[in-house]
Amino acid sequence: MKLLWVLLLALALGSLLVGGAGLGLPRADILWQIRLPRTALAILIGGGLAVSGASLQGALRNPLADPGLLGIGGCAALGAVLAYYWGWSAAFAPALPVASLLAALAAAVALLLVAGRGGVLSLILAGVALSALSAAFIALALALAPNPYALAEITFWLLGSIADRSLAHLALAAPPILIGVAVLLTLGRGLDALSLGEDAAASLGQPVQRTVRLAALGCALAVGGGAAVAGGIGFVGLLVPHLLRPWFGERPSGLLAPSFPLGAALLLGADMLVRGLPLLLPLNGELPVGVVTAMLGAPALVVLARRVGR
Amino acid sequence: MIALPPTSWRQGESLLLDQVAFSAAPGHLVAVVGPNGAGKTSLLRALAGLHPGGRPRPAQVAYLPQGAQSAWGLSVRDLAALGRIPHNDRDPEAIAHALDACGITHLCDARIDRLSGGQVRRAMLARAFATRPDIFLLDEPTADLDPAAAHQIMSLLQRTAKSGRCVIVVLHALELATRYADRMVLMQHGRIAADDAPDIVMPFAAAAFGMRLGIDCAPRLLPPR
Repeated sequence: MKLLWVLLLALALGSLLVGGAGLGLPRADILWQIRLPRTALAILIGGGLAVSGASLQGALRNPLADPGLLGIGGCAALGAVLAYYWGWSAAFAPALPVASLLAALAAAVALLLVAGRGGVLSLILAGVALSALSAAFIALALALAPNPYALAEITFWLLGSIADRSLAHLALAAPPILIGVAVLLTLGRGLDALSLGEDAAASLGQPVQRTVRLAALGCALAVGGGAAVAGGIGFVGLLVPHLLRPWFGERPSGLLAPSFPLGAALLLGADMLVRGLPLLLPLNGELPVGVVTAMLGAPALVVLARRVGR
Repeated sequence: MIALPPTSWRQGESLLLDQVAFSAAPGHLVAVVGPNGAGKTSLLRALAGLHPGGRPRPAQVAYLPQGAQSAWGLSVRDLAALGRIPHNDRDPEAIAHALDACGITHLCDARIDRLSGGQVRRAMLARAFATRPDIFLLDEPTADLDPAAAHQIMSLLQRTAKSGRCVIVVLHALELATRYADRMVLMQHGRIAADDAPDIVMPFAAAAFGMRLGIDCAPRLLPPR
């Protein structure tokens, strides 16, 4: 646990030294206006995604659970795409993150209304339906995009990136992420009890409905806040709990807190890679960090899948 | 002491419990028997306070659902520690005692998903024991176990009842019920059809299962002289 925080601190210091202006300590305005918000966003978004993944896997008793599975990420993306599509974001810059965050919260409320008292399985089914629906509407918005520039912009946004974000973006994303993570961190005992099933958890005196609802709501805040400013960054929420289980055991409550530094370190590391690559290779601009997390995350999951099978 | 006032529990079209009232005193091992779908599990869940309007009593009543499994590969000790959730602690003495009572102290660091079916059952029982409840509600704790393991668990439950606790067990195996329980409750169509000493209820239970005693039941082997 301590080691994870040390790793994160080292990466954060390193992250302040890498960027488009080259290696080394940059000018004060670059440090404050560009690299600090970018580093802080990577930490908050990565940590938020990882804690969301750990608590959803615990709440749904499913190692495949991920904020994307419940359609929260998809709806956040849909909100942003609609803001592009109808030109709100051109008229008023913060419209895009606000629309995205509101869409994520609406998704959580819709999930809880549809799932009702039906428990975990109906929540998963409602989530799958919601993510299919948001994917369909995003495809529709892309197909009907008013002009090729809008199409390119939406596509790039969907890939997920934290390049060129300002302190204003940080101020917008930080409160929902921090509130969401704080809510999720309180759920440990309920998630532990849920590993025995809903009946046994209820007989242990744990409020099952409330735990699952708070998990969905906390995820909506933590993931929605991140998606609002960074687009769709995948795999962190799914991968981090799996990376931690061999070291911290499988008890859901034991995975919540260490998920934050590891998720943060993972996204920060991926983002430093994104920033460092153009210095090494003749690339035309930066890769979106969402592409890098997926490219690193997918093989890591394959390795884990082979180990679990044994 | 556990008591259920006359309770009906309807779920959709089906009536799970039809005006069932039940109570049991400490020191008894009560076997609940009956055909599939007769309402045995519903009775146990209602006793655990899991029916609509019910209130669980987590510190006094330990409930082990049918086919209980852990979603995660917890260690046996961590699993037993879940039984301390109602008390808000991880009392190592209660956990060690529970593991010892269930005979799995030597497995305490093993992962639950690497154990045999019988060992998993014992670990789940240890979770219930760790709560130190007055009342145990156990739904088929011997299902899929070989006869030796089933008898070991039943005699553990018998000792537990004799130590002043109330143990209520849903059983499919009638011969275990007659051998270990001191009271047998026969459920049929969501009602209690018979409730008395096992040898009195046994013919009714056999009839409910569609067996005729002496013909379809295996005859008991006489002990060697």
